[in-house]
Amino acid sequence: MAYFYQNPVLRWLLRNPIWGFVLIVFIFFSLSSEHFFAARNLQNILVQTSTIGLIALGMTLVMINGNIDLSVGATLALAAAFAVDVQSWAMFATWGNWQILPAVCLALLVGIFMGAINGFIVWKTGVDAFIVTLGAMLGIRGLVFVYTGEQSFYAMNFAYSDFSALSFGPLPVLAVIFLLCVLIVHWLLSRTVHGRNTYAVGGNREAAVNAGIRVGPHMMINFMIIGFLAALSGVLLSTQMGAATPNLGRDYELWVITAVVLGGTKLTGGKGDIIGTLGGVLAIGILRNGMNLMQVPAFYVYVILGSILIAVLFLDKRFNTSTDGGLRL
Amino acid sequence: MTASREPALRLQGIVKTFPGVRALDGVDFEVMPGEVHALLGENGAGKSTLMKVLAGMYQPDEGQIMIAGHPVQMTTPIEAKAQGVVLIHQELSLVPEMSAAENIYLGELPRKSFGRVDWATLEERANAILKRLKCSFRAEVTVANLSIANQQMVEIARALTVDARVVVFDEPTASLTDAEKVVLFDIINDLKARGVGIVYISHRMDEIFTLSDRITVLRDGAYRGTLTTAVTNEDEVTRLMIGRSLDLSRDEAAPNFGKTMLEVRNLTCPGLFENVSFTVRVGEVVGFYGLVGAGRTEIAEALFGLRKPDSGEIRVDGEAAEITSPRAAIALGISLVPENRKEQGLVLQMNCRDNMTLPQVQALTTGPFVAQGAELAIFDKYRDRLAIKTPSWKQSAAVLSGGNQQKIVIGKWLSMTPRVLIVDEPTRGIDVGSKSEIHQLLRELAAQGYAVIVISSEMPEVLRVSDRIIAMYHGRIMREFDIKDVTEDSLVQAISGISAEAVA
Amino acid sequence: MLLTRLKAGGPAIAKQGILVAFVVFMIAFSLMSDRFLSADNIMSVFRQSAIIGVMALGVTIVVIGGNLDLSVGSMLSFATVLVVDLHDKIGPELAIPVMVLATLCLGAINGFLIGILRLNSLIVTLGMLSVIQGLVLIYSGGQNVDIADQRGTWFAMFGRGAVFGIATPIIIFGTLAVVFHVIMTTMPFGRHVHAVGGNPTASVFSGIPRSRVVFMTYLISALCVAVAAIILGSRVMGSQNNVGQGYELQVLAAVILGGTSLLGGSGSILRTVLGVLMLAFIQNGLILMGQPYYTQWLVTWAVIIIAVWLDVAAKRGRLFSPIA
Repeated sequence: MAYFYQNPVLRWLLRNPIWGFVLIVFIFFSLSSEHFFAARNLQNILVQTSTIGLIALGMTLVMINGNIDLSVGATLALAAAFAVDVQSWAMFATWGNWQILPAVCLALLVGIFMGAINGFIVWKTGVDAFIVTLGAMLGIRGLVFVYTGEQSFYAMNFAYSDFSALSFGPLPVLAVIFLLCVLIVHWLLSRTVHGRNTYAVGGNREAAVNAGIRVGPHMMINFMIIGFLAALSGVLLSTQMGAATPNLGRDYELWVITAVVLGGTKLTGGKGDIIGTLGGVLAIGILRNGMNLMQVPAFYVYVILGSILIAVLFLDKRFNTSTDGGLRL
Repeated sequence: MTASREPALRLQGIVKTFPGVRALDGVDFEVMPGEVHALLGENGAGKSTLMKVLAGMYQPDEGQIMIAGHPVQMTTPIEAKAQGVVLIHQELSLVPEMSAAENIYLGELPRKSFGRVDWATLEERANAILKRLKCSFRAEVTVANLSIANQQMVEIARALTVDARVVVFDEPTASLTDAEKVVLFDIINDLKARGVGIVYISHRMDEIFTLSDRITVLRDGAYRGTLTTAVTNEDEVTRLMIGRSLDLSRDEAAPNFGKTMLEVRNLTCPGLFENVSFTVRVGEVVGFYGLVGAGRTEIAEALFGLRKPDSGEIRVDGEAAEITSPRAAIALGISLVPENRKEQGLVLQMNCRDNMTLPQVQALTTGPFVAQGAELAIFDKYRDRLAIKTPSWKQSAAVLSGGNQQKIVIGKWLSMTPRVLIVDEPTRGIDVGSKSEIHQLLRELAAQGYAVIVISSEMPEVLRVSDRIIAMYHGRIMREFDIKDVTEDSLVQAISGISAEAVA
Repeated sequence: MLLTRLKAGGPAIAKQGILVAFVVFMIAFSLMSDRFLSADNIMSVFRQSAIIGVMALGVTIVVIGGNLDLSVGSMLSFATVLVVDLHDKIGPELAIPVMVLATLCLGAINGFLIGILRLNSLIVTLGMLSVIQGLVLIYSGGQNVDIADQRGTWFAMFGRGAVFGIATPIIIFGTLAVVFHVIMTTMPFGRHVHAVGGNPTASVFSGIPRSRVVFMTYLISALCVAVAAIILGSRVMGSQNNVGQGYELQVLAAVILGGTSLLGGSGSILRTVLGVLMLAFIQNGLILMGQPYYTQWLVTWAVIIIAVWLDVAAKRGRLFSPIA
């Protein structure tokens, strides 16, 4: 037992139980499906994970802040629609493959802008982020429909849809972008003043205000970051599909929140990290991929993921010391 | 103090109004460098408003703030801090998940390029400050792992990051043990010796007389006078504070005790209290006196079904009782007025009437409906009896003063006509006027035949209301005193464990 | 201007912000469209709002009790698929009670996890959303279900029938609204829900069975979903296996619009009805004005935020948050 607590790897796992789970499902699927542990499939998992994963990075920041963002699925769809549509605008017709650049830039700006709107409203009105982004979820989806007129857009430039097939050595380019973002956001959260303030604002808002942290703009920046990441995720998803559909990203907010909570971030704010979130999205990605390979119908994935989410919550409650001091409340 | 020296801080004619309320009405206040100036007043007298003006959280409507002789404007806590005015909050304002160092420099973490935190500088500086405060822990420790007293040290360390001219302590000892208080007082004296002006706000008269050089009293938002501590006494201060003299004597009508209503035998809850045995008779007030953490509240919780005792026996009116929930306790006729009225006593957004009838609303019905007439009758009865000041029963409990809130909670449990009434810290955070009313009430209740247990950390309170006093130390009953032969010295010894060997 | 009025005019008006907004919308729409205020149109809006409305009643009670229920959408899919599928297999007289029981079981699971085990309601019901959606898909094998004899069955009366010229869904919604309003305002249970949502610790200290109260709120929520499923199944006479997808957030939007605080302890059934009707009338009015159906989402966005903003502003006495 003493060994158990002294071994650094085991101690690390004890603090990040989701990685223990990732390890277990990874070994399980490697043993039970011959197709699972293959370079090709592992690449697949990373690419599939990147969509939810990118947004989850932003959600981690927002949730550590003590906020939440339910509008990310709609933002993703809006950005995807812009990215695919703008490149076929007449004014860029002569730009060749460069027409993709303004399209992607505009799409990312739209994401940042949507995040800024959410953040600004939360800051200025003092309305709970849950409500603000619930409204935005409906509203931005409405914008998507207004913009697309309920139609799907298809990328005319094949360079765009070919992008997702590129790879750096063994790593698909989408996976590289995702992992790069993981590193950057991890660095942001753990090493920079903005990142440390993120914990302060979520851990004790009043203390942060009194210490002179400008809480409003701070939260707005995090909403802009998640808006950017949702848009980036939308752009990458549309390159994979070569298209943007108005219903893209439905229910993604629920998957993202599931992943982040699995990774140990607290809804009440002040606690969580990117390492946990990465574990959370990988757990979901591996589970979906592995069950797919084992030809378990997709239906069961819903049941299993939901059950795991509740189980994690239950275990967390069991093993983390309660604050009521043994009172029967 | 020479005449030529400028006050470190001077407030002149401060007026602050809120819609319908004149919270501060021409208040004057000054602190000299190296002086501890106590600020006293009942709840609602304007102390906290004045503090918020000082800390830059409120803007005064009229009046002038001068620091070291120069008029200043402070519109945010940051500006106030830059001017050298630091407020140490009553409720700790730390971020539990962050390190002590990060908390000390919260909002001004040293930076490197790209917005990175300069950890080396941060920890070096923070450790230097903690060392100056003679703290035994390192700045790298996560705050959540520190004791309350050490957390308070972090809060004080934060005040020292700037060259503070004035440090304001707002009820700093509320959650400290006696040993921790000594350390705090040392620090205050140390700051004083360096020429820092100290504003000290507290309800506790003994602390104010130990620490302060001068005392300024506010009442109803107005300045009532400044006294020099060395030449005044508690009586004079109290008179200024409540506008009359406070009668601390007790009416000595011979108590008339009836049968034993509550009997507790060898009640044990490991780590909290052990082998606790006592009785309470009808018509009797038993005071439980001891330090915070001596196990008194935990016994009350066990009697009220909130805590499962390991072993022991509880008998109510001679019958063995199995108390597994507050419902069971209520059914047995036990009532508990809890320690923390905002967290445990009241549903703040609920109106006064509904709060008062909450425990019995299920029984108070005609058919399936709540009998609102009967509820109102109960509310009216206890509003009159306890002199609760509220414009209407519809008022939400949140807007009442602390004293009136406490009376609502007391009314709630009196209306259950309990056989045993347990009252935990009945006057904590309540102004002096309401305090004496509540003491009076507890005596009357006993005279009317209730069996009453009063838990208190204030010696004058237990001395004033109890017929018997049970002194506790570390979860054990050290001694039981009859009110007739108790002395302050013996009480103090009993609750600090000094007489432990002698008695046990 | 608005700020001074908020301070001077007192919270009395601000508290009725939703009512004011409702009246403003009604007047605006009736000026722009002749058909808007016709009896026919109003009845059809009422009828269409019944499903979300009935679910919102249950969710209001859950939210007053201090919790959330995000699982009502997939629970609606579950209940509708079940009742429609069983209709042809065992007949409506058995299908309805079986479906209600099964749905109550799901509510009981929510109630057990949140009320008894005290797990965070947002995450539990998020997990249940996923689990129940999976159960529906497993049950139906991914196929949509429908009722073969759509004209002959008495099951049609819940969604398509009428009593004294008033459509049954309206009657069901209205009756339930009144019943729950009476329960919440005049019965001990309603008082208990308010207390537990407002301050769970203080309610335990007052001898209120906190766990049981929370458990009951989830049973009520599930019951409301079951009723909504009967109306929906009967109206459509069939069901897609994800028919309720996204309902949880629309329902929550209506509840929030009605002024129920997500912090628990305060809220009102009748105002939720107002929130539901407001959303329905916005949708209807925009369509009458020739706008595509999705413009309602844009308007809803603005309305939710402004309504809650005014509510929050009235409480703190100033329009903008003081946070720097």
